[in-house]
Amino acid sequence: MAILLDKNSRVVVQGITGSEGTFHTRESVKFGTKVVAGVTPGKGGMDVDGIPVYNRVADAVEKQGANVAALYTPAAFSADAIIESIEAGIGLIVCMTEGIPVTDMIKVKQVLKTSKARMIGCNCPGITTPGVGKIGFMPSFIHKKGNVGVISRSGTLTYEAIWQLTNLGIGQTTSIGIGGDPIPGSGFVDMLALYEKDPDTVALVMIGEIGGTAEEEAAEFIKANLTKPVVSFIAGRTAPPGRRMGHAGAIISGGKGTADEKFKALEAAGVIVEKNPAEIGKRVQEILAKKKGKKK
Amino acid sequence: MKIHEYQAKSLLRAYNVPVPNGEVADTPEKARDIAKSLNKTSIVKAQIHAGGRGKGGGVKVAKTPEEAYEAAKKILGMQLITHQTGPEGIKVQKVLVEETSNIKKELYLGMVVDRARDKECIVFMASEAGGMEIEEVAKATPEKIIKCAVPPAVGFSPFEARKLAYGLGLGTDKSLSAQFANITKGLYELFVAKDASLVEINPLVLTAEGNLIAVDAKINFDDDGLFRNPDIKQLRDENEEDPLEVIAKNAGVNYIKLDGNIACMVNGAGLAMTTMDLIKMAGGEPANFLDVGGGASPDQIEKAFRILTADPNVKAILVNIFGGILRCDRVANGIIQAAKNIDMKLPMVIRLQGTNVDEGKKLLKESGLKFTVADGLYEAAEKVVALLK
Repeated sequence: MAILLDKNSRVVVQGITGSEGTFHTRESVKFGTKVVAGVTPGKGGMDVDGIPVYNRVADAVEKQGANVAALYTPAAFSADAIIESIEAGIGLIVCMTEGIPVTDMIKVKQVLKTSKARMIGCNCPGITTPGVGKIGFMPSFIHKKGNVGVISRSGTLTYEAIWQLTNLGIGQTTSIGIGGDPIPGSGFVDMLALYEKDPDTVALVMIGEIGGTAEEEAAEFIKANLTKPVVSFIAGRTAPPGRRMGHAGAIISGGKGTADEKFKALEAAGVIVEKNPAEIGKRVQEILAKKKGKKK
Repeated sequence: MKIHEYQAKSLLRAYNVPVPNGEVADTPEKARDIAKSLNKTSIVKAQIHAGGRGKGGGVKVAKTPEEAYEAAKKILGMQLITHQTGPEGIKVQKVLVEETSNIKKELYLGMVVDRARDKECIVFMASEAGGMEIEEVAKATPEKIIKCAVPPAVGFSPFEARKLAYGLGLGTDKSLSAQFANITKGLYELFVAKDASLVEINPLVLTAEGNLIAVDAKINFDDDGLFRNPDIKQLRDENEEDPLEVIAKNAGVNYIKLDGNIACMVNGAGLAMTTMDLIKMAGGEPANFLDVGGGASPDQIEKAFRILTADPNVKAILVNIFGGILRCDRVANGIIQAAKNIDMKLPMVIRLQGTNVDEGKKLLKESGLKFTVADGLYEAAEKVVALLK
């Protein structure tokens, strides 16, 4: 999917000198990502494996042509780091950090609205485009290049789904973790719109969780705009109400946001819902076989 | 994070939101002293992190300090059961003794965060249907709820206070609309300054004397904002939480107790919820949610096992780990070490997938410990349910 991560992506890693930042930058580079700079305020002048570290994102943009930012910054400073990147003209910001206060994200979304930047995350495993690169920490071995798009609010659950696909010989165009927070930079709807326009993607896997209305919004969007088939799984049918299930966004509030409601809304929109997570890959296989059958 | 009514009222006072005069008491003697100093009819209210206290017998009116003593004596120490507490109820450790008000009208005023796409902001909700559960009102008569979304770029403006005030029938009265504007301004400042996630004033009372007063108050806080609000963090009351969850939280283990007998330990919140769902699908009852996180070091695995086995309901354990950067052989060693350290007696199904999975499975099989090894997600759930048959 050329719109998010492509051959022209030049990544600056904010928080590169932290242990997470350094480790995952190395894995990204091994996967083929063009990491051109890092930013840690106060550590400008250093380098990590030859990647120059700057004090400010603007320096990375000016000196290395950075156009994508990957954030492994502490929760307390992440909103500031994101806004710094937006102001520096970065086009795609991917924030892995968990624990960012909701009122910070209300502010960040406000800034995003009036900018040209797109944000993925926070509290996400990132984006992987097999054959091109990855931002974040999805394990490298699970991916295979192909024609299915994956969008998910989860981390390891996403890896399970991708691994199922790969083991069935079904590759992915791009896998996107939108993250587990209540106010994400991008929702399912934003990603679905991109996948619909992507000529390489023929089918989609959408993994949701309890809490909020992202899946219901996606269902509406799918009904009105999507021509490509979607297989969906929602985690948390057995979650008790009112409790935050690990992810800040995974909470059934005032009786709203249950998994069953989401399954219902998606099914009504023509999505193939699968309640057994072990079968996600098989459902996609069936759709692709049907498509192939139709072509004959 | 939840706090008590008396703590919420203390915060409201600091933000110029009128609340009844009153004080918290943890003995009947103290309750009597407070009632004496109030020198009016008082109300004695159980302080627990749940609603429905009145119906449960946790709220009593006291016309004299002696009555306040008797009321406090009854309420303190009781297991207060309400529709929000669960069948065992919560033990009442404190009561709030405050003045009663001459209630002319009961209103509802609340604040939440709207997470809907492109609408993300703080929202005020107000209704003339005060004193009722807002979810009931929303279901039965949604048109009775006035909403006001606060534009993040601007913050709370007087015209928004007016929208709510007119909707509540207060707008035409100069004094009431001024009072209401101050209240909403104070609540908004509090919400933003302290990273609240929910505010509920139910009822916001209009007294016979023409004053608006917050007769009940509930404030929840964003857990992710606590690091920058240490004064709020210290309001936490561990007595209101499940004891195992308190131990888990203090040990840095992400754990939520449920009612079943099949425990699970998983890496990743989405996968952990999924594992609970799988156990139920396979005919079992999940005992908990537990996300052991990306690290899953031997130390963390041991901590997790200790918490899971401390629940007397638990009869079997399902470990479900997808190893990405986390290697399966490392996890296997961690499990073996932990199981030996705590002398694990419960049957376990271990399902590993990912990096070095074959080495991990080999280690488990050769460990000499009683593990059942599984490959697939659903297979793992079926196997653990079968262990209990």
